[in-house]
Amino acid sequence: MAMAWIWTIIICFSLAYGAFSGNITQVSAAAAEGSAAAVKLCIEILGITCLWSGVMEVMKRAGIADKLASAFRPLLSRLFPSVSKTGEAMRAISANVSANLLGLGNAATPLGIRAAEEMAKTVGGGTTNVATDDLCMLVVINTASIQLIPATVAAVRAAAGAAAPFDILPAVWVTSAASVTMGVLAAKVLSRVWRRRATQAHNLGRAR
Amino acid sequence: MTNTLFALVIPAILALVALIGLRRRVDVFAALTDGAADGLRVMLKILPSLIALLTAVYMLRASGATDALARLCAPLFNLVGIPPETAPLILIRPISGGGALAVGSELIVTYGADSRIGRTAAIMLGSTETTFYTIAVYFGAAKIRKTRYAIPAALIADLTGFTVAAVTARLFW
Repeated sequence: MAMAWIWTIIICFSLAYGAFSGNITQVSAAAAEGSAAAVKLCIEILGITCLWSGVMEVMKRAGIADKLASAFRPLLSRLFPSVSKTGEAMRAISANVSANLLGLGNAATPLGIRAAEEMAKTVGGGTTNVATDDLCMLVVINTASIQLIPATVAAVRAAAGAAAPFDILPAVWVTSAASVTMGVLAAKVLSRVWRRRATQAHNLGRAR
Repeated sequence: MTNTLFALVIPAILALVALIGLRRRVDVFAALTDGAADGLRVMLKILPSLIALLTAVYMLRASGATDALARLCAPLFNLVGIPPETAPLILIRPISGGGALAVGSELIVTYGADSRIGRTAAIMLGSTETTFYTIAVYFGAAKIRKTRYAIPAALIADLTGFTVAAVTARLFW
């Protein structure tokens, strides 16, 4: 439903602002151009996105995704201190991270959900509706996901006539690394803030 | 020199993946075409929403509202060094993946893929996720109602990504 609101608001706002600023003929023309541009964009980026989707499938079948997952396990088990290093949850977390890295979005989400379910199982047998620190960390890592080859963006750049569509890779890596690091730090710091708040609320409740 | 070196990366990845695949006795060609067929399905799924969203984005741009939004955000954005033209992308990125692709590609086409704005938009698109969608999917699956600090922490990560994207677009080129 959110998208229905966003779309309607954008359309109505464009109409109102176009009438107000005297650009209404351009808005009318744009209403016809946008849909054609979408089809053109899809066709233009289809080649590169499909090719890399194929390359990632080769990586997956050759076991590169699994290798990557086990390489990340030591680092990840430090981020999830209460998840057993060898358990099913940890396996799902590292597979989720490696699928994200390879841009296997379709595989990453079910793996992440399985990790979340496994973690809920070990905490309170799935009866709680409050997010644990581990689940918050998993979500933060997934929202700040690092992708090694952002093929869709490269394809859009190629369609727009970039000299070297993939030359943004180092910048994307640096940026993703910065954002994921910041997300992890924020999660660690905020978990303390929230715990202190919870204890205070608890003590306050007892004082009364 | 760095350009020639970098030109090697993509062909080298293709060759390396194919060689590793063959060594592990994977039918590389079948995997490649299966994966490409998957990609085709994904694009087919994206196309309808992209048609709706690009129509909205084109209308918004034509009305002059995107430029007005950029002017409005300019004082704040210039302070942290983010091109104000990317304001619509920053607003839509955490909410809708298709919307972000529509806004981002419009920016890249309008300002040029190798312009600073085009590069910043591309780096932002490549290094961030649809935060609220991801949060909804994960907490929905785990039946969590109290998300505690997950949203603020994820948004801090996003803001870092947007800022650093502008910095790398400025420093690397």
